Amino acid sequence: MDAILLQILNGLDKGSAYALIAMGLTLIFGTLGVVNFAHGALFMIGAFCAVTLQKMLNLYSVVIDPEKTDFLGNPLKVKVPYVESWFGEATGQMIINWSVPLAILLAIPVMLAVGYIMERGLIKHFYKRPHADQILVTFGLAIVLQEIVKAFFGANPIPTPAPDLFKGSFDFGLLIGFAENTIIYPYWRLIYFVFSTAIIAMVFSFLQFTTFGMVVRAGMADRETVGLLGINIDRRFTLMFGIAAAVAGLAGVMYTPINPPNYHMGMDFLVLSFVVVVVGGMGSLPGAVLAGFLLGVLESFASMNEVKSLLPGIDQIIIYLVAIAILLTRPRGLMGRAGVMEE
Amino acid sequence: MSKIIKTRREVLKTAAVVGAGLSMPTFFASSAFAGYRNEPMGGSVTLGFNVPQTGPYADEGADELRAYMLAVEHLNGGGDGGMMNTFSSKALKGNGILGKKVEYVTGDTQTKSDAARASAKSMIEKDGAVMITGGSSSGVAVAVQGLCQEAGVIFMAGLTHSNDTTGKDRKANGFRHFFNGYMSGAALAPVLEKMYGSDRRAYHLTADYNWGWTQQESIAAATEAKGWETVNNVTTPLTTTDFSSYVAPVLNSGADVLVLNHYGGNMINSLTSAVQFGLRDKVVNGKNFEIVVPLYSRLMARGAGENVKGIFGSTNWHWSLSDAGSKAFVKSFGEKYGFPPSQAAHTVYCQALLYADACERAGTFNPCGVVEALEGFKFDGLGNGPTEYRAEDHQCFKDVLVVKGKENPSSEFDVLEIVEVTPRAQVEYAPDHPMFSGGALGTCNPGA
Repeated sequence: MDAILLQILNGLDKGSAYALIAMGLTLIFGTLGVVNFAHGALFMIGAFCAVTLQKMLNLYSVVIDPEKTDFLGNPLKVKVPYVESWFGEATGQMIINWSVPLAILLAIPVMLAVGYIMERGLIKHFYKRPHADQILVTFGLAIVLQEIVKAFFGANPIPTPAPDLFKGSFDFGLLIGFAENTIIYPYWRLIYFVFSTAIIAMVFSFLQFTTFGMVVRAGMADRETVGLLGINIDRRFTLMFGIAAAVAGLAGVMYTPINPPNYHMGMDFLVLSFVVVVVGGMGSLPGAVLAGFLLGVLESFASMNEVKSLLPGIDQIIIYLVAIAILLTRPRGLMGRAGVMEE
Repeated sequence: MSKIIKTRREVLKTAAVVGAGLSMPTFFASSAFAGYRNEPMGGSVTLGFNVPQTGPYADEGADELRAYMLAVEHLNGGGDGGMMNTFSSKALKGNGILGKKVEYVTGDTQTKSDAARASAKSMIEKDGAVMITGGSSSGVAVAVQGLCQEAGVIFMAGLTHSNDTTGKDRKANGFRHFFNGYMSGAALAPVLEKMYGSDRRAYHLTADYNWGWTQQESIAAATEAKGWETVNNVTTPLTTTDFSSYVAPVLNSGADVLVLNHYGGNMINSLTSAVQFGLRDKVVNGKNFEIVVPLYSRLMARGAGENVKGIFGSTNWHWSLSDAGSKAFVKSFGEKYGFPPSQAAHTVYCQALLYADACERAGTFNPCGVVEALEGFKFDGLGNGPTEYRAEDHQCFKDVLVVKGKENPSSEFDVLEIVEVTPRAQVEYAPDHPMFSGGALGTCNPGA
């Protein structure tokens, strides 16, 4: 029982990332009809917003320490971050320590801008082209973006730790009557889950309870009719692309303490997120969220030793097996709508 | 006047005899090694540096390439000579190799066996490389070593730690300077026993491929010999990025040590997960829970940030060593590039010098001559103390470093500290050791 609870908890934070990326993907598909293979790259760019802010906060002046030497035996050049010089050592270190949460403030405008430029500069030219063309051009764009990031930041993962306040784990098992150390869960993963849930709730509320959201939903259902009413639906859809990019970016920012980011992290999530979208139902936001959490939890279960000893290698194919089973029984996915990609 | 030569046939016969006579001295001088692939004919010789320039180990590949370029500079008489000044063999004169200027071509292994073989093949067939060297993966090393054996050129392996490279997959044309999984186990186990005691229960997470399996086998055998129990060994797919589902059950398994048989990105991510789950803050079986990373790389340790502090592992070489060879290399490399070299840079620099030295001593570039010169070659001054290229398996035997993540680093390069220099005798094994059995060197292939 404790092992099952443990894997459910593990699956929730992994599922949170899948759900956030898949939600953006399906939002873009539902509004613009574009299959965006560059969406994983947006997740990666978000993560590198956190890396960039961390590097900016660590910009330094050099002070020579004559008492110490460097690896060549020369007087040691000590790097003193400007924030420590300006705000004092304690405050400066605290600001640096909180660079990941602070990066959210940087990531929102950056990702909105990246999304806007991507849509206006490239993707809008492919609206009327076949999906194969869209996949090719967005996949190419993803490769270009990740190579640019690699050129600037290198190929190795870059440690981007959570604030000290959230390091370590809490004993969830003790809360529900299990023995000590039976079910432990890192604080930051819990924060990631809560953060993701909040973002998902905000996107749903935005679409459900605002006039803008209502127009977008109407446009998703019948673009032509909304256009005939004199509403510039294209402009709203462009903004939705920017919002989807921002959601992916925020997912990336907050993911950096879980796994140190590298240039390839977007691709690692992309394929799985597409499976999540298909399982959830193309164009269905609740479907994407449900499938994201479902597949995240299932993936965790498949990694259990007991399961792997019965079915070796199951952890690598479980998501695809479930996708096949669901698509065979429900061809439109868990919550897919009739007519989407069926013309 | 008598006719000396009467017919056209006699003219040809005489020419053949005279020609053979004139060529006799040269022929005898290199008779054992005549005719081989990519024999350098002009004033230069081309070496092929096959390193990961893209993909997950691109940073290590870049450091290898820097070291190769430094080696080429030194071999051609440029720079301060680096470890050529401390190398016990004095065959290298700074005038290239055998008087031919050293030139090089590069290939990108992408850390993929097929891509690495393709780039090595291209360098051999199109660029005329007489030796291939480099790489940052055992899968790549085994694949390229096999290709070089078939093609008839020498392969000087880069960073490869699997027992198989000089075990079941050993080849006559291939040589490894880097240490291996068995040596890591033999060096680490006594230190771990000293630090953590002999009553320990270890849980292994192992990368699910050739290198991971051999390292896990080696570490488990070495620690079990010291009294440890191996509670579980879970293989993890190489493509895993989030290790939480593998790390979470560890505390509940009764283990009090987690051994991470991971390298590169896998190591960074699994270690980060283990630290996030607070394993190092826990007390299990009345002891502090510990984590061990048997193979350390400074470049990778930097990626794991503060998580490596206090964690034990092993490494082939470290820039903080104080012997004359290491100091000379660190000075050359540091002054040229502005930061200290990694162990990957060190091992490939040594391999380039060792190959060049073997050619000089053999008096030929012929692979069979080079093999003969390297087999059983004993040397010193290249940063690892007295070293030998064992003839039976083409593995270098030398001291191994046990290191630990530094608690108070003074710079971004000062990530590891040396805990112990394990003497060669302690990490040596018989050529027919079961962990290395199942392969044979075969005979050298000159390729022509």
